Amino acid sequence: MTALVDEQRLEESPKGDYQLPKVKPHTTAEIKAHLRSAKTLWCPGCSNGTITRALIDAILGLGLDPEKVVVVAGIGCSGRISAYLDYSTVHTAHGRALAVATGVKAADPSLHVIVTMGDGDSSAIGGNHLIHAARRNIDVTALVFNNSIYGMTGGQMSPTTHLGDKSTTSVYGNVEPAFDLCELAHAAGATYVARGTSWAYQQLVSVIAGGLGHKGFSMVEAMAICPVYYGRFNLTSDPAEFLRIQKEHAVPANKFDEGESRVRDHYPVGLLHHTERDEFVASLAKVRTRAQEATRG
Amino acid sequence: MAATAVLLQGNEAVAEGAIAAGARFFAGYPITPSTEIAEVLSQRLPQVGGTFIQMEDEIASIAAVCGASLAGKKALTATSGPGFSLMQEMIGFASMAQIPCVIVDVMRGGPSTGLPTEPSQGDVMQARWGTHGEHSVIALVPNSVMECYTLTVEAFNLSEQYRTPVIVLSDALIGHMREAVVVPQPGELRIAERGEPDCEPDEYDTVTSTLDNILPRPPLGSPFKVHVTGLVYNRLSGTPDTSDPAAAADLGRYLREKIYHHRDAIVRVEETAMEDAEIAIFAYGSVARSAKAVVKWARAQGVPVGMVRPITLWPFPTAAVDRMAEQVRAVIVPEMNIKQMSWEVQAAVAGRAKVVDHGRIDGKLITPAEIKELVKAQFPYHRWEEA
Repeated sequence: MTALVDEQRLEESPKGDYQLPKVKPHTTAEIKAHLRSAKTLWCPGCSNGTITRALIDAILGLGLDPEKVVVVAGIGCSGRISAYLDYSTVHTAHGRALAVATGVKAADPSLHVIVTMGDGDSSAIGGNHLIHAARRNIDVTALVFNNSIYGMTGGQMSPTTHLGDKSTTSVYGNVEPAFDLCELAHAAGATYVARGTSWAYQQLVSVIAGGLGHKGFSMVEAMAICPVYYGRFNLTSDPAEFLRIQKEHAVPANKFDEGESRVRDHYPVGLLHHTERDEFVASLAKVRTRAQEATRG
Repeated sequence: MAATAVLLQGNEAVAEGAIAAGARFFAGYPITPSTEIAEVLSQRLPQVGGTFIQMEDEIASIAAVCGASLAGKKALTATSGPGFSLMQEMIGFASMAQIPCVIVDVMRGGPSTGLPTEPSQGDVMQARWGTHGEHSVIALVPNSVMECYTLTVEAFNLSEQYRTPVIVLSDALIGHMREAVVVPQPGELRIAERGEPDCEPDEYDTVTSTLDNILPRPPLGSPFKVHVTGLVYNRLSGTPDTSDPAAAADLGRYLREKIYHHRDAIVRVEETAMEDAEIAIFAYGSVARSAKAVVKWARAQGVPVGMVRPITLWPFPTAAVDRMAEQVRAVIVPEMNIKQMSWEVQAAVAGRAKVVDHGRIDGKLITPAEIKELVKAQFPYHRWEEA
């Protein structure tokens, strides 16, 4: 893994107006102190463990109080992260993590609310909640584990499965084009949008930390590898080879030509969009002030 | 301040009752005939430091309510049939994860879009069995604007006490009706608070709720660092455990029994003129208003008719129905659905009395005149005076 870490790329915003936090990697012992269990049900070669570690690294790097961190997860492979992390955690229903998180954050704005979802969770069954959380600009960080397939149920196509790809429900090739989740979130109003990969660990930590530090709705798409289903059906079942393919296809945002084709795994990585506007929970506080002034008046 | 009567609509009374109960979070989606609850709370909650959010749909609404409750706030949503159907999965989540919350279903004609502006009692079985899997539920049925207020307060109390979703089954008639209400003064009504578990954070995994001691869950973002899940979990540690059949059975039975064990404390029934009744009318919600008029009419003529009105529909008022079955020769069950509760009554009566069902699904309230005919049929030799 050494070579991969050496090639890590820390990206600045395309506009150069937002510097991502540079997080020093933490030791395995420091990481494990944030885990209830280091035993997972994820398959050998799965990158969910890498993304989980990156999330903890980012939380440690920003110095967030672990007692104030709340992780709200969906259902599927990624959803299981909730049982492993030693924070306040909620393992919700499929697709509903962002809606539950909206209630959590609005009820207690002092909490750092992180939502972990899979690609199916966030863009199929929970797609409506994603666009509305982005529109409201609620101060939560959505971390999407995108492995382009439904893993827990055994390898069915998802809205991020690419055109032509094979899955157990697209054995003749997928006829549906894939969502670009970052473009979707951006268009819906997310004020921080970034993409990382399980290959470039340090960059992934940085973009997650950037999202956690951002005031407003942040979405980080973590490109995951699923060698057991997606890889075996479409690319390779060798995790190392899969990571190399991911490296080839991930293009730094500032070098990505908008005109380039996004066919298959050709995508920009790093911070893709950043802006500031009124945050939802802060606006709710202003509503309270207005309501109470009106009552007194 | 002396208590004075105010003219309130049923839906307004639900909203005011929720605030009196300490609710500080509402998430909902507009739907006839429940919308006034959202409208009133959008204005009132911010005044008392609370939060109103109009969500993108009913699924998001109940999900946000679960989240707010887990973060320590008393929370509710309000809807009607179609929205109630959408909420069912998350009501199951709240049941499994033991999240106190209140769902107000202002019933309208269905299925589907049905009769949006007309009353119905078609959701009484959906309230009981709408979500999948074995679970228990508490459902309260107001029959007046005053009860919209008091039962909403009681719904919060029960949800906090038993850590469970509680459903208030209003209907389009009760919800939109206006009556004079003497709003209870602070301190007049019991308000249950959530409290905190009596243990240290590192001991929390080693303590477990029993049927007689249901421990409150610490809020998210506390030193307890709780894990909340819809998976089957070990009742002691809270850790997901789907491989141990004994743990699954233990949790499932516990979730059911924690309500049924307390049935006597939860169930409220109003009995009218039942002392010497030969015939009972079993009626709930708005229909009980017509039934009560019929009891008065019959008694004025010396005819022994009484009424059993469940205020708590779920858990089913078995003890009261038992007493009734031992005493009367027939039970008339008028309801704005077809046989939903009368089947339940018939099962509980178990042949000890005749059960006469009367259903109406045209969106119109069952009138006293209709119930009178059913009563008359039970007293074929009585010479009735019209009134």
